[in-house]
Amino acid sequence: MLEVKDLYVKVEGKEILKGLTLTINAGEVHAIMGPNGAGKSTLSAVIAGKEGYEVTSGSVTFEGRDVLEMEIEERAQAGLLLGFQYPVEIPGVKNIYLLKAALNAQRQARGEGEMPAPEFLKLVKERLAQMKMDASFLQRAVNEGFSGGEKKRNEILQMLVLQPKLAMLDEIDSGLDIDAMRVVADGVNSLRGEERGILLVTHYQRLLDYIVPDRVHVLVDGRIAKSGDAELARELESRGYDWVVEETAA
Amino acid sequence: MSDVHSEVSRFLERLKERCAERDRSQGREPSWIAARRQAGAARFEALGFPTRRDEAWKYTDVRAIARGDFALTDSADFSPATAAALTLPLEAHRLTFIDGVFSAALSDLGELPSGVAVLPLSQALAENHEAVGGPLGRLTGVDFSPFSALNTAFMEEGAVVRLAPGSVVEKPILLQFLSRSGAKPVMSHPRILVEAGSRSQATLVEHHVGESEAANFTNLVAELMLDRGAILTHYKLQEAPLADLHVASIHVEQARDSRYTSFNLNLGGGLVRNDLISELNGEGAEANFYGLFYGQGRQHIDNHTLANHNAPRTFSNENYKGILDDRARGVFNGKVVVKRDSQKIEGFQSNANLLLSDRAEIDAKPELEIYADDVKCSHGTTTGQLDEEAIYALRTRGIDLQTARGLLTLAFAGEVLDRVDLDAVSERVELAVAGKLPERFNLAGLVEASLALHDE
Repeated sequence: MLEVKDLYVKVEGKEILKGLTLTINAGEVHAIMGPNGAGKSTLSAVIAGKEGYEVTSGSVTFEGRDVLEMEIEERAQAGLLLGFQYPVEIPGVKNIYLLKAALNAQRQARGEGEMPAPEFLKLVKERLAQMKMDASFLQRAVNEGFSGGEKKRNEILQMLVLQPKLAMLDEIDSGLDIDAMRVVADGVNSLRGEERGILLVTHYQRLLDYIVPDRVHVLVDGRIAKSGDAELARELESRGYDWVVEETAA
Repeated sequence: MSDVHSEVSRFLERLKERCAERDRSQGREPSWIAARRQAGAARFEALGFPTRRDEAWKYTDVRAIARGDFALTDSADFSPATAAALTLPLEAHRLTFIDGVFSAALSDLGELPSGVAVLPLSQALAENHEAVGGPLGRLTGVDFSPFSALNTAFMEEGAVVRLAPGSVVEKPILLQFLSRSGAKPVMSHPRILVEAGSRSQATLVEHHVGESEAANFTNLVAELMLDRGAILTHYKLQEAPLADLHVASIHVEQARDSRYTSFNLNLGGGLVRNDLISELNGEGAEANFYGLFYGQGRQHIDNHTLANHNAPRTFSNENYKGILDDRARGVFNGKVVVKRDSQKIEGFQSNANLLLSDRAEIDAKPELEIYADDVKCSHGTTTGQLDEEAIYALRTRGIDLQTARGLLTLAFAGEVLDRVDLDAVSERVELAVAGKLPERFNLAGLVEASLALHDE
């Protein structure tokens, strides 16, 4: 469903991605790992459409559509959703507003009508319970005053309500204690399915004990240096990244 | 010069006709009223309409008023269905005025607690004009502004609210001013007089609204007197038609331990000028000024506020937020004055403005004048655009740019609206701000979903 081909990206004139190629098929969970500064977050940001990233060559297609030509909101409406490493606080915008506006935008893009309020509320409450979040979260401003763990849970809550085709999760494990990690991982695992792709970006292997990926890629200096299965992540955990970096250099 | 003269004389001519007509139909007025009219007319004639050269009117051009030819009306005819659609869904003691004329048919006072009187000014004058003559004009004299002078010259109708000591009015008192569209623009000069006895409590809702094609001029003076420990919450919900012109002077007098809270919520009106002044005369008195103005098209909204700390240990707290789109223009001038030796004062003021368009404009001026040394005062004003990072975050959830901007605009307004205890008012404003955003917005559904959830 997602094809990234030979992608080169510059940020503030500096080349970050240098020929990255990656294919994710429906039903697969991919993990991108790598040392700091390798360009892990850049990939998901470019796919989501963040400003300030200059694609100098290469392509990104999602279900055959040229992602780089789409507006930010069109990408999300098409089913590409990014969970942020640092979710933004949006004072005054209630969570419930965000969820309803987002869900309706997606439905509208598919030519469906608005979800009736009772059905919507039922859906949201079920997902809240799944994320072990209190209903009062809905009335609170998006991420405002949330702890790190609450913010991450809120990102997954949005995923559960919006049911993207491809969920990209950028360092979703950072700043989570073990209990929050379990809740977040359970949430992500519940998204797994034949129709859906998941892209995890993470520095640590720990997350992958809870969400076992089908494919693991090591990103070194702007391109994928090594790919493998879940076993590769364990190897990285015990041996670190240096050996991959050395292998690449050699 | 002759132009200016003819503008003033047109209004004075109208006044003369009106007085002659009134004398013929109702007989002579009590002499104190006639004398005040005369003083008002003389003062207005001497001052003329304010111009941009007057410091207090530097950013507000009132030529649309000065050059207007406004008739006076005696008719309170108004379609009951239209009125019902415009009336706030609020269980309230309600007085309705149509272009300033009292409408008994559209009023419903219900049952007032004992010791509480709510009545049209005309009735209060007919019943006991001397009881009105004492307080009326005590806070707003003819010298305050050319408009207060003009109001004094023309005053006929309005609302009188009297709260006996210790009385508590549970339901809000709703003063509804409806503007009617007609062949000729009309003017009205309503007076609101509130005498809140010691430890009395009430909520006053002043609602200006009307038929969308209306283009009338309202020149209102409100005098609110709070005796010891009285608590008055005053909502002014401005939803007048976009061609309506509105000038208001609201003067508050606060005795010891009284608390006055103003919510000045301005959505409508083509040209709006409010002067809100509180005299904090007794220790422990507290004034809260909350404001929200939303301007679009070519709306011009000017709010001048003044907290006069005349006694030690008095408190004022102000938060005004402005949202301006298109070519709308806003003016905020908030002043806090601490008189000599008024110690232990706290005066806080903040103003934030959001410009949604490059051509929208705000002139914001916070002022502090302090003649005492043991005080805690702060003020600040900020003007900015919507947070781009937040817009991006919303768009990554599939929310289009316009809706994202709408949500953030609503959020900005929410900071003041969250303080509103009267749901019918906050919901109305919230829906109005959401609904007023460009056509593709349908945030109304979101507000409803949120309320539905809240109700469960």
